[in-house]
Amino acid sequence: MLEAKALASHYGRIPALKGIDLAVREGELVALVGANGAGKTTLLRALSGVQPVSAGCVLFDGEDITRASPHWRVRRGIVQVPEGRQVFGPLSVEDNLLLGGYTRKRAEGARGLERVYAMFPMLRDKRREAAGTLSGGQQQMLAMGRALMAQPRLLLLDEPSMGLAPRLVEEVFETVHALKSAGTTIFLVDQNARAALAIADRAYVLETGTIVHAGTGAELLASKQVQAAYLGL
Amino acid sequence: MSAQFLQFLLAGLTVGAIYALVALGFSIIYNASQVINFAQGEFVMIGGMCTVWLANAGWPLPAAIAAAVLVAAAVGLALEKLAVEPARGASVVTLIIITIGASILLRGLATIVWDKNIHPLKAFSGEAPIQLGGATLLPQSLWVLGVTVVIVLLLSWFFGRTLLGKALLATSHNRLAAQLVGINVRHVLLASFGLSAALGAVAGILVAPITFTAWDVGVMLGLKGFAAAILGGMGSGPGAVLGGLVLGIVEAMGAGYVSSAYKDAIAFVIILAVLFFLPSGLLGRRSSDRV
Ligand SMILES: Nc1ncnc2c1ncn2[C@@H]1O[C@H](COP(=O)(O)OP(=O)(O)OP(=O)(O)O)[C@@H](O)[C@H]1O
Ligand SMILES: [Mg+2]
Repeated sequence: MLEAKALASHYGRIPALKGIDLAVREGELVALVGANGAGKTTLLRALSGVQPVSAGCVLFDGEDITRASPHWRVRRGIVQVPEGRQVFGPLSVEDNLLLGGYTRKRAEGARGLERVYAMFPMLRDKRREAAGTLSGGQQQMLAMGRALMAQPRLLLLDEPSMGLAPRLVEEVFETVHALKSAGTTIFLVDQNARAALAIADRAYVLETGTIVHAGTGAELLASKQVQAAYLGL
Repeated sequence: MSAQFLQFLLAGLTVGAIYALVALGFSIIYNASQVINFAQGEFVMIGGMCTVWLANAGWPLPAAIAAAVLVAAAVGLALEKLAVEPARGASVVTLIIITIGASILLRGLATIVWDKNIHPLKAFSGEAPIQLGGATLLPQSLWVLGVTVVIVLLLSWFFGRTLLGKALLATSHNRLAAQLVGINVRHVLLASFGLSAALGAVAGILVAPITFTAWDVGVMLGLKGFAAAILGGMGSGPGAVLGGLVLGIVEAMGAGYVSSAYKDAIAFVIILAVLFFLPSGLLGRRSSDRV
């Protein structure tokens, strides 16, 4: 479904991605793990079209979308939950969700709203409140709900469990799992490498802008090198 | 309330409403781009001058007004497309300088397309003063106040009730997140220039029968609108309206009770005072709540 070929990106003259090759197939949950500053966020942003690509290409359903605008990608179903949640703080919870469906028809937005409220009942209770007043965990649910409003075919998740209490982390991973079971293709970045690898079909390990390991989630969990570097064993 | 006080108050509200419209234009563009558009006053000038020109060419006033608003909006779109958009990625200071350059260019063009004379415009519905508690009110003042109220209501409906309006707000709050939900932020920028230009033009048309219009009226009205926007809090819609009205009333009272020689100085004193003592203005968002 999604393929990156020799993808490179720079901040000024400093390289952040140095030729990334990866693939995410329809229906898969693929995880990306790596230390702070490895380039995970940069990669997701490049896939969403909000980070300039200096070399290589991105294919979606076999079509070259390297130069496509961010909004075009959302319309096609590539939707991201960004790092740090990035909710529209002064706007209400419901407005945040409705804006999530900005690229969809109005009627679909109304249906999407019902689906998201069914999934996160807390958001329905808080729907009139300003998004900025929600707790970190609630904002994460909102950010997920907002992305779901766009009816993603490929959901890019950037550190959805960052800064959350353990119970909420568990909830986030359960949600991710449920989305996958419902047929959404997911590309998941998380600091919590063990949990991410455990639910992933396949995974990549990123180190300073380069993919250094790839395999099934189970293989990487069992790998000595990955254990030493990312699982603290 | 003395009749004299009421008279000054009415004069202040009228001119304050004009400042409010110009200030709203500043705020809308600022929200979309962090740019203070110093060509905002030129939209005011284009609105007034274009209406006068078309009315003199025999157009009925309503048609001339509608066309002038459209012309100004088109100039606003062109300004964004031709001057701001190509400089995408440039610093905000660079963009501000570009708008200053554009304002000089637009004034120059106005002297070529039109002329350097001062032009009157017929009041929309006569000149017969209306008596009100001992004070007099020109019918044109009612037009100014009425149209401003309607525009403020329309804007609050647009930003509060429509998805497009909310998309504009969302983009000003978090550009990255706006892109990630699929908002075309370049269209947002374009729309905000078009809308601001139209608002400026309306202000210029409404005020022309009271103060006359000329190729250079945009300089002072632009500065007053800027002062009003700063006073209310740059980027705040209600702040722009409040700032405009307060500035208009303070100016009118100052001119009436002290001396009209200081009228224009008041705006500059307000700009300086706000920047020193209240940098985010009366209703602006405090920097702390933009974490
Ligand atoms: N806006 C920026 N300007 C310059 N350099 C940047 C910028 N953003 C990130 N970088 C650098 O690019 C590299 C990759 O950053 P990125 O945010 O993609 O890493 P990450 O893997 O997401 O890290 P984290 O786990 O902290 O989220 C880092 O060295 C970082 O310092
Ligand atoms: Mg990151």
